[in-house]
Amino acid sequence: MANTKEVRKQIASIKGTQKITSAMEMVAASKMKKTQDGMLEGRPYSLKIKEVISHIASASSEYNHPFYEERKPKKACFIVISSDKGLCGGLNINLFKQVIAKSAELDAQGIESSFALVGTKASGFFKSVGGKVVAVAEKLGDKPNPDDLIGFTKVVLDMHKNGDIDQAYLCSNSFVNTMTQQPKVEQLIPLSPEDDGGPKSQWDYIYEPEAKSLLDGLLTRYIESLVYQAVVENNACEQAAKMIAMKNATDNAGDLIKELELLYNNVRQAAITQELSEIVGGAAAV
Amino acid sequence: MSTIKINIVSSSEEIYSGEGTMVYATGSLGEIGIAPGHTPLLTGLAPGPVRVVNGSEEEAFFCSGGFLEIQPDLVTVLSDTAERAENLDEAEAIKAKEAAEKDLANQDATLDYAKAASQLAEAVARLKTIQKLRKKQ
Repeated sequence: MANTKEVRKQIASIKGTQKITSAMEMVAASKMKKTQDGMLEGRPYSLKIKEVISHIASASSEYNHPFYEERKPKKACFIVISSDKGLCGGLNINLFKQVIAKSAELDAQGIESSFALVGTKASGFFKSVGGKVVAVAEKLGDKPNPDDLIGFTKVVLDMHKNGDIDQAYLCSNSFVNTMTQQPKVEQLIPLSPEDDGGPKSQWDYIYEPEAKSLLDGLLTRYIESLVYQAVVENNACEQAAKMIAMKNATDNAGDLIKELELLYNNVRQAAITQELSEIVGGAAAV
Repeated sequence: MSTIKINIVSSSEEIYSGEGTMVYATGSLGEIGIAPGHTPLLTGLAPGPVRVVNGSEEEAFFCSGGFLEIQPDLVTVLSDTAERAENLDEAEAIKAKEAAEKDLANQDATLDYAKAASQLAEAVARLKTIQKLRKKQ
């Protein structure tokens, strides 16, 4: 049987770990509030740009943008958004599982996949399993700046423009509530037209200076805003998942300590009993 | 007096939302004034002020570029958070590409599905074990 000193040491070490996990839980809880605010702050822009895009789709425009064009798919690019840090339960793993499943499905149809990655976890994962990685954005922090993603998104859009890819997918976690985060893989390009299905109206915009460059810029911004929204939402997911994971870890540590304390008392009592019986035995012998 | 609805947003926040009798903005082809009932128009914005006039009150906001959409009863300003230029964007794109090359210098270009599946299965199994441990207690 283990001796008391060993058990005591083990209890002390678990208590130390428990302190760390409970501190991390609290840090994540306070960060979660901030990241959720960040998610809400970006929402007006994405709603408004969506509105504008749907107006444009309903206008009788002559110009059809390549982002709407359905090409015969040969190559696809996955934009995978992960966290920079670990210790957030199955958040990243569940997302990667979906990405790999989708990529395998496309592979079976003869469509090649490439990957554009946000977050250290994604680049670490694809480094170990292989795959063609075209762009990486890491260490964006808890409050990512929309400008930090411009270049990243441009790489993917340029590839589409040059015909290096025919489809793009956006893979990230969506925030359902604090307990639930849902991994999702959505088609980004070609865009599904935001048409309300009604008959096309007769009016069209006056474009200054001209339709092509304006729509080009606007749709680029739209895709950038979708990617940015996904990143801030994934951030909120990360903190929520981390909070839950750390809470579980703290609870587990508490249970372990309880068990070990029981063991400690058992060992202690056994030692005392043994000592007593030795003394009694010794006295009887005299 | 008729008014027009105005929304000014940038990708990280909502800047202004309200009504006005007149809006002035710096379009890419020069300053434009928008009165209620303006014909639908779509234009780029040059860096400059956007002014919202409501009766005798006036509010001004600075936009570092972006887009302006006009509907007869609605003006939407999609402001950029930073100045954008083709060559600056290009430099950013090169950075993202370089990060990819640096990080994944000597990795295999074909995705190893078997390895990925086994790695993920292992991670999931680990998580499940932790959950089981919890339920038992």
